[in-house]
Amino acid sequence: MTDKDLPALSIADLQSVLRRREVSPREVIDALQARIEAVDPEIGAYLSLDIEAAGKEAEKSNVDLPLGGVPLAIKDIINVMGQPCTCASKILQNYRATYEATVIRKLRAAGAIPFGKTNLDEFAMGSSTENSAMKVTRNPWDLSRVPGGSSGGSAAAVAADTAFGALGSDTGGSIRQPAALSGVVGVKPTYGRVSRFGLVAFASSLDQVGPLTKTVRDAALIMNAIAGHDSQDSTSLDEPVPDHTARLGEDLSGVRLGLPKEYLIEGIDSQVKAAIDAAVKQMSSLGAEIVEISLPTTEYAIAVYYIVATAEASANLARFDGVRYGYRAENPKDVLDLYGRTREEGFGPEVKRRIILGTYVLSSGYYDAYYLRAQKVRELIRQDLTRAFENVDALISPTSPVPAFKLGERVADPLQMYLADVFTIAANLAGICGITVPCGFADMDGHRLPIGLQLLGKTFDEARILQIAHAYEQSTDWHKARPPLTAAA
Amino acid sequence: MARSSDLDVAYIARLARINLTEAETKVFQKQLDDVLKYVEKLRQADLSHVEAAAHALPIFNVFREDEPRDCFTAEQALSNAPRQANGLFIVPKVVE
Repeated sequence: MTDKDLPALSIADLQSVLRRREVSPREVIDALQARIEAVDPEIGAYLSLDIEAAGKEAEKSNVDLPLGGVPLAIKDIINVMGQPCTCASKILQNYRATYEATVIRKLRAAGAIPFGKTNLDEFAMGSSTENSAMKVTRNPWDLSRVPGGSSGGSAAAVAADTAFGALGSDTGGSIRQPAALSGVVGVKPTYGRVSRFGLVAFASSLDQVGPLTKTVRDAALIMNAIAGHDSQDSTSLDEPVPDHTARLGEDLSGVRLGLPKEYLIEGIDSQVKAAIDAAVKQMSSLGAEIVEISLPTTEYAIAVYYIVATAEASANLARFDGVRYGYRAENPKDVLDLYGRTREEGFGPEVKRRIILGTYVLSSGYYDAYYLRAQKVRELIRQDLTRAFENVDALISPTSPVPAFKLGERVADPLQMYLADVFTIAANLAGICGITVPCGFADMDGHRLPIGLQLLGKTFDEARILQIAHAYEQSTDWHKARPPLTAAA
Repeated sequence: MARSSDLDVAYIARLARINLTEAETKVFQKQLDDVLKYVEKLRQADLSHVEAAAHALPIFNVFREDEPRDCFTAEQALSNAPRQANGLFIVPKVVE
């Protein structure tokens, strides 16, 4: 193997060559840097790199640790001590983290090396990464299309082999949807499984940090490192953490998969539907029992989400006032002028829209009609899903109703953009876990566009959905496909 | 301004301390009216036997021992301040 081939390796394969001392962690960083320099100008996945610090880390790294010597990309909404944390917002463009997120502390303890921060929709609000105030990120499979969002930079970097793996955050599908559109694996852990300390808050009752990787095994390895209770996050749960790789390799006999009939919605792309149908057949031939089920309340999920998430965002983003950190408008004449102009000039349109909507649904006279009602419907959705899991081990659906859409196609119509998350949002509302795994391609204008299969599992059942996804993945070649730019570079 | 919901974007933006241009106000009004029209579907749900969820998981009353721990130094807390002097954040005069 030459150093040029290194960046295409999975984390598990990279660990093998590191542990056999065939390459050094320093050489891995150098190979990754060369790959980023060759490919990232086209993709635009990264907002900042810290190759120098990563090189130093690499030289003293212990490859026998669980993620020893493995460089990882981090969504630029997670605080890495001393590094920028812009949230892809003008309001934080010069901000540098003064503390370390718990997930970063844990990754370092496992030997991993954070080396770069990836692009996202501003404050993780969006489904295409187009709401970034910093730059455009392109889908490695078709540069005229979006990588999905909001963790679009993380997804594109993993797909383009400019990262071995990455962290993202998922509030309504922000890990799973870009992973699906970019052709990689993405896991949204159970709410409370992974600490949110150091993740800049968007919607606190929905946000979770999770991995984006080339394979299911790699996702399990990162889950092992980041999962667990954290006294600095009062919503993290003190539940035992299993070895997420322990069940990988078990087959699907005896596994019951629920196929919700509501997921065959109008507007689902015919090639996506065909790929999901084929994947369901494949899993059935591998021994899984497919059970048709009904989740009548899922039709309310998007409506609930855009009330609950915006309400929480309006409160969380009140801290950006130009006083203690971040952007401040010039020459404010009084304190109201300081707030009003700082937030006008510092936030992009989608963030403003959501703060306004969130402020409205919490305002006097409208709270009961919107927020309280939404929280009640949320409880219905949670009960619906809990009931479904009495009969099945996991639920199966597309991750996104459509493959990657064109840059600019949905920007002017926020509601259309919101509908991109129709299959992913219920998991966040109910707090359950989910994974997306590549399951085929759609042919569009001469490009192959990845399609993702979503599996949802009950709370704290990550090991189970990883096992099911792994059994499916290993029976296909989808995860081995690489975007065409690999050949060009 | 014509609108199909009770939402008055200009008024709410003032509550949220975000200055908006007239053009922005107009675009947001239309876009958010569409979103509010979409969420009207929640009125169809039967909620007669449901308690509101505050949270996806049942976690209550999380306490830790009341012991001092490491915290930011003044220097760290001020390291991203847009304006500072003498170890303090500088803001426009609030009280005349």
